[in-house]
Amino acid sequence: MSKRENIRIPVSQQPFTVSKPEDTTTIGGTVTVQINEKKISVPLGTTILEACRQNQIHIPTLCHHEDLCIAGVCRICVVDVEGMRTLQTACSFPITTPIKIHTSTPMVRKARRHIIDLLLSEHYGECYSCFRNGNCELQSLAKEYGVDGYTFGHTDKPQYKVDRSSSAVVRDMSKCILCKRCVRTCIDLQEVGVLEAINRGHDTHIGTFLDKPLADVICINCGQCINRCPTAALRANDPSDEIWEAIDNPQKHVIIQTAPSPRAAIGEEFGIEAGHSFTGELNTALRRIGFDKVFDTNFTADLTIIEEGTELLNRLKKAIVDKDSSVKLPQFTSCSPGWIKFIEHFYPEYLDYLSTAKSPQQMFGAIMKTFYAKQTGIDPADIVTVALMPCSAKKFECNRPEMNASGFKDIDYGLTTREMAKMIREAGIYLPEMPKSNFDEPFGDASGAGLIFGATGGVMEAALRTVYELVTGREVPFKNLAIEPCRGFAGVKQASVRLEGCVEQYKFLEGVELKFVVAHGTANAKKVMEMLRKGELSDVHFVEIMACPGGCLGGGGQPIPTNAEIRKKRAQAIYAEEESLSVRKSHENPHIKYIYENFLTEGPCGKLSHKLLHTHYLKRGKFIS
Amino acid sequence: METKLKNKKRSGPVLFSEYQRGEGIKKALQLGRENILFELKTSGLKGRGGAGFPTSTKWMLTAAANADKKFIVCNADEGEPGTFKDRVLLLEYPELVFDGMVIAGFTIGAETGIVYLRGEYEYMLKSLEDYLSQMREDNLLGKNILGKENFNFDISIRLGSGAYVCGEETALIESLEGFRGEPRNRPPYPVDTGYLGFPTVVNNVETLASVSHIIFKGGEWFKIYGTNKSTGSKLFSVSGDCEKPGVYELPWGTKIKELLEIVGAKNTKAVQVGGASGICIPKSQFDRILGYEDAATGGSIMIFNESRDMLKVLKNFMEFFIDESCGQCTPCRIGNVKLMEGIENIERGDFTFSYINNLKELCRTMQVASKCGLGQSSPNSFISILENFNKEILHTSGKGKENVKA
Repeated sequence: MSKRENIRIPVSQQPFTVSKPEDTTTIGGTVTVQINEKKISVPLGTTILEACRQNQIHIPTLCHHEDLCIAGVCRICVVDVEGMRTLQTACSFPITTPIKIHTSTPMVRKARRHIIDLLLSEHYGECYSCFRNGNCELQSLAKEYGVDGYTFGHTDKPQYKVDRSSSAVVRDMSKCILCKRCVRTCIDLQEVGVLEAINRGHDTHIGTFLDKPLADVICINCGQCINRCPTAALRANDPSDEIWEAIDNPQKHVIIQTAPSPRAAIGEEFGIEAGHSFTGELNTALRRIGFDKVFDTNFTADLTIIEEGTELLNRLKKAIVDKDSSVKLPQFTSCSPGWIKFIEHFYPEYLDYLSTAKSPQQMFGAIMKTFYAKQTGIDPADIVTVALMPCSAKKFECNRPEMNASGFKDIDYGLTTREMAKMIREAGIYLPEMPKSNFDEPFGDASGAGLIFGATGGVMEAALRTVYELVTGREVPFKNLAIEPCRGFAGVKQASVRLEGCVEQYKFLEGVELKFVVAHGTANAKKVMEMLRKGELSDVHFVEIMACPGGCLGGGGQPIPTNAEIRKKRAQAIYAEEESLSVRKSHENPHIKYIYENFLTEGPCGKLSHKLLHTHYLKRGKFIS
Repeated sequence: METKLKNKKRSGPVLFSEYQRGEGIKKALQLGRENILFELKTSGLKGRGGAGFPTSTKWMLTAAANADKKFIVCNADEGEPGTFKDRVLLLEYPELVFDGMVIAGFTIGAETGIVYLRGEYEYMLKSLEDYLSQMREDNLLGKNILGKENFNFDISIRLGSGAYVCGEETALIESLEGFRGEPRNRPPYPVDTGYLGFPTVVNNVETLASVSHIIFKGGEWFKIYGTNKSTGSKLFSVSGDCEKPGVYELPWGTKIKELLEIVGAKNTKAVQVGGASGICIPKSQFDRILGYEDAATGGSIMIFNESRDMLKVLKNFMEFFIDESCGQCTPCRIGNVKLMEGIENIERGDFTFSYINNLKELCRTMQVASKCGLGQSSPNSFISILENFNKEILHTSGKGKENVKA
């Protein structure tokens, strides 16, 4: 019997879970069903879709997404179950009795074809003028079922105005097919709850609270909805035209920084199987496109670790030595802009727990328009900073008005992996064929610690490597520097390291059990924040939170599709690349040392770094006028 | 509006027969759970909302379910166009409905009953609440009902907000829980996972009212009326072109032409049985009987005389479904619109017969692939009106006249 633990989510949007016996060899643990003359034994409660997929029987799906709970609304996956009056949706039907299933009867094929015809009749636009051309699930289905005309007509007018209000997510509801994946992503996966169906019957559409523009509601810009949209109804705000313009302007010095996650995923945009990094190839491609300099975001990831780690040690000192009760612990990471907007909306009273360090992207921009400009003698007004990120929230972050301590916008444009791939294709380049090349100096060398920022737990692992060594003078006690408790895709991870044999400066931490928590996806972030609210984190020192499931590698700007298996492969690519690097600790990065010796001379968390590399947050709350 | 709870003038074989408040409950407590289920099974009572699921089976499944809590929900979201018999029961015979709920609670082991009252029936809320207070005073509700130890049961009333789809039991439960009224995937069924995830019986007002009579007078007595497959009697909400529209209690198995005679219908061209989601029966078939085995209905009977344009009738029904689909599943949300386009094309005479066939095939898809009963039954009127009034509609409208030779 399934009991609803969390009644916030409508049952229609929850999976039906049959209690499955752990040992399937026991009597009643499995059911033998017949699918198209083939007898198959499956565990009790397996859905028809799962049973078919495990046995290489193809069932088309549209509203189904393995990251999300079952909806059963598009009806494309209908199959014939003997003895049932109507067709049943394979995605939602749990097998509990020995039924006979037919997946390709005339009625099933006709129904599927009709459903595609109906969706196409209201789906505005033609495929050739659509950015999802070639990667659209509706288009694939139309092909699969041989649609060669519009049986029930085709709309020639857009039904809704395109909502471009958000700097991150563009909504074109005329292309929406009401599969509600975005709704389930927003409500259920991310627990943000910005999107929901509005109105009834033929007037049903997906909208925000009171149908306000997306920029005026509590959207955190994570873009997870974009990644799950089967059509072009949701997309990121694409700045590539402006970037081309800057590249084509000889006056402008256009710098691009690339984050590790897009490098581990961009191959997928060129038909390469997930799990291969194209860092070197990408460097060459970007130069051919016309970027003046190609730098590595990992450099400022290292800088983030130094700043954030120092901030943590300062907080610990204040709390332990100075007995300052106003110090907020645990310290929360601040590099995920989706998470930042989430906490600003949902937990504004806890903003003081956030590290004030800017994200690596923004730190990079600040350094470029100050230190780099000075060193190269280029007018910062002529520097255009572009950031290749796996993220749509980065677009919002770079437009935050407070991100301009140098007098210039830290980062001018945030570009997603998908948009980057488009620019590369536009330039006539096939990325996998490119020769490899290195990043440009002086910000090209980065440590592996910065690289693993891309996976959930990466920031924590990188920070621990540095903090532990600063405090004890020794390497973290984990084989090959791989802090395993930080890795993997568990929603909330907790672990601790004991600080022993501390150096003189950090004697006050002797014997302290450094406890940390890692969470990814804002639904898990909510769990952690509720723990904080209840006082359950009082002995924890450091918390890493990433807004997207899996961390940045599962970001809203990554190639579509993204699912559990693909996230796993991208993580493998990142960790493999990391192991091959010689410098794997942020504080050992020579360029980091250089910058503190020659620019940020007061050291980490000093006055200049506070001005350039740290920021503040807004108490947004949930009520927006 | 003044609501009358007394002065019953109606008469009928079963529902409108003699019954005093609490009689059914007293008898139920004497009989015990198993005998109640036995009597129900003997009676052959099927759901009166229209779907006709055997009530005893529903109760047995819920009674057998192992759960901390169970619920009884009375579906009083009477929304099918042309149906108004639940209103009569709630206004004039509330004892039947509420006693039925108490009996159900006793049988399945529920302590909470909820009446999901149609939003438009808000005016009767006060009188119903007063009635429930009276029942509490008389210990027909509350703790240890009528001295039966550990039998606690109470009823609350919740108002709907005007969505037709909330008459579908799973959408009704979603609505009760405070969500958008959208039907759930089935399985699981409410008898297993219903309100708040607990086993729930959702019964129509008339079903529960019938239960009170059956338990008091016996399943065998109930079976005297009706046919083998459709036992007992049924309330019919009769409207349209007749002299005496209103609510009638007639045994199942009554022929349509008999009913027409009773209500004083003349020059009748067609009868829509089962509301907008029902079927349209032409004059040539007035020998058909009302019952689950032939012309099934939740009670709505709409009579159209010779002056009516059947295409307009159909158009009216389709407008209703376009608005009232919950908008969740593709076949229903868009399918109804396409059928409407078809009707408009027919009106203009702008159609081919292959196009009409396409639409008929679409109707079939909607019937088998829609998520809930709404989409599954919305094409019924389209199919039956087009089939039975083929000549009137296709051959005499607009260009159709010229297109067709014979």
